[in-house]
Amino acid sequence: MQTILSIGADALSYGMVLFIISIGLSVTMGLMKVVNLAHGAFAMIGGYIASYATQQMGLPFGVAIIAAVLGTMLVAVPLERFLYRRIYGAPELTQVLMTIGITFAIIGIANFAMGPTLKTIALPSQLQGPVDLGFRTIAAHKLFAAAVGVVVAIALWFIIERTPFGVRLRASVDDAAMAGALGIRTKIIYAVSFALAVGLAALGGVVGAQLLPIEPYYALHYMVTFLVVVSVGGAGSITGALVAALLLGAVQTTGRYLMPEYGEFFFYLAVIAIVCVFPNGLMGRSK
Amino acid sequence: MSETTLNPSASTPLWRRSVTRDLVAVLILAAVAVALFFLFPSNLALLTRIVAMMLLVLSLDLVTGYSGVATLGHATLFGAGAYAAGIVAAKFGITDPLLMLAVGALAGAAAGAISSLVILRGHGLSQLVLSIAVVSLAHEAANKLSGWTGGSDGLSGISPSALFGMFRFDLFGRTAFIMSVVLLLVVFVVLRIIVRSPFGMLCRGIKQDPVRIRAMGAPVYFTLVKMYAIAGAVAGLGGALSAIATKVVGLDSLSFTLSAEALVMLVLGGTGKLFGALVGTLVFVWFEDRVSAINPFHWLTIVGCLLVAVVLFAPKGLTGAAEAIWKRMRGARS
Repeated sequence: MQTILSIGADALSYGMVLFIISIGLSVTMGLMKVVNLAHGAFAMIGGYIASYATQQMGLPFGVAIIAAVLGTMLVAVPLERFLYRRIYGAPELTQVLMTIGITFAIIGIANFAMGPTLKTIALPSQLQGPVDLGFRTIAAHKLFAAAVGVVVAIALWFIIERTPFGVRLRASVDDAAMAGALGIRTKIIYAVSFALAVGLAALGGVVGAQLLPIEPYYALHYMVTFLVVVSVGGAGSITGALVAALLLGAVQTTGRYLMPEYGEFFFYLAVIAIVCVFPNGLMGRSK
Repeated sequence: MSETTLNPSASTPLWRRSVTRDLVAVLILAAVAVALFFLFPSNLALLTRIVAMMLLVLSLDLVTGYSGVATLGHATLFGAGAYAAGIVAAKFGITDPLLMLAVGALAGAAAGAISSLVILRGHGLSQLVLSIAVVSLAHEAANKLSGWTGGSDGLSGISPSALFGMFRFDLFGRTAFIMSVVLLLVVFVVLRIIVRSPFGMLCRGIKQDPVRIRAMGAPVYFTLVKMYAIAGAVAGLGGALSAIATKVVGLDSLSFTLSAEALVMLVLGGTGKLFGALVGTLVFVWFEDRVSAINPFHWLTIVGCLLVAVVLFAPKGLTGAAEAIWKRMRGARS
């Protein structure tokens, strides 16, 4: 019982971090139909900015999060305008190649600018200690990550389902040409959603930095995991991404706890099984 | 009309024209290989590695360029061949290089057929994810079965015996290079025949429109599995070749990174053309060797920018761009 609760607590925080980062990717894939392999690189940029802000400049954690999100968006908007816009609707292979190219370039530049070592983000004292949950103590930053995940899920649901922007976004997803004909400026919708997706990636990169440490190859290591979460959940679905992130987080954490030797085995076997049974993801729409 | 200008005797039958072209292609390749052999005698190990990679990229071209399957896990087949050839040599004492190549090809074909059963279940994004899952699973398996594969230390103790009992694998890699070039030429000709055959045409048809091919009554899934097995044999040969030439098999031969790099090489050269696979690999590995000797991260930055440039400005790869320039020059002259 004790073990199950422990696994559950760890799986929840890990799954929530996966969710925060992957939901941005899910939005890009569902809306722009872009297989954006550079998504992990944006999360990494966010982590680097936060690390620089807290360690070098001595800024508080909250400011660092905002700086990371805004800074990463600043990097991403010109990329969207000049590179991504050209590959909307292109075949998957083309998209994979361009975004892998962007990832490689970002890794090289990150290493040149920040060095190959692990970077840490200074946490405020409130998030450093353990928190007693009754059955076990858990690191406060993990609880914080889980809480941020819940807030992100609710906020996204609200934006997409309850605001005028969300209405336009859903219209553009369903039929971009028709939405354009009705006077929705789809290009702006695309740019804003892309910035939103990248901002979420940066947020996830900062909040999850304790679980997924920031280093130049971050972009490549975890990219596969994010891609898997989106594919299992179904592109463009918030609930799907949440379910997939929690499920895969649970599979990976349980595997690591009970059979540390074969942890990754279960993860990939689960992925193959799920994708074979649900080719469009758990909550994805069939084409 | 370019057909007639290229071939002055347009009345010759089609098969003879294609045989002439094959001969020309083989002669060009052999000439390039001979030139490289004498120009860079101290780089033969690198050149042999390039040939092994060429086999992997040719194999990927069969699957991606000709059949339209998007995969980021093609190193599975390469690694299967490399490990199979390495294991029979190191654990069972089968050290004849030709036998090792045969074992590698068989293992690659088996891995191709089995992994295709999984990968072909998906389309688009799910296909990519399945292929990544397959290569990661294979990587983990090789890592854990360290009794057989040496785990993360790599499989060593491979000492291939002399080729035909006469030519030993010397320190400079001359034998290995000559053997690899001959192997490449044979594979190249066989693949040209395969992609021109009705079977190859069927695969191209599936790439263009699988629904229509199914409506015609041809088995889409089974045809692709067959193509995957052929591609597996080619990639397995490449893996076995690298095991023979370097005498060690590492976990990186089963990695996602190698799969992604192979895809980059293919696109750099041009998909759907066997020559494209060769050119892309040569250019990529050669530059990688030169630049990463200075700083591996600079190489990553350069290859990243290069990829973006290729996608934007030369979507058909180097060979496609060369063809376009060639056509424009001919057009300007006439």
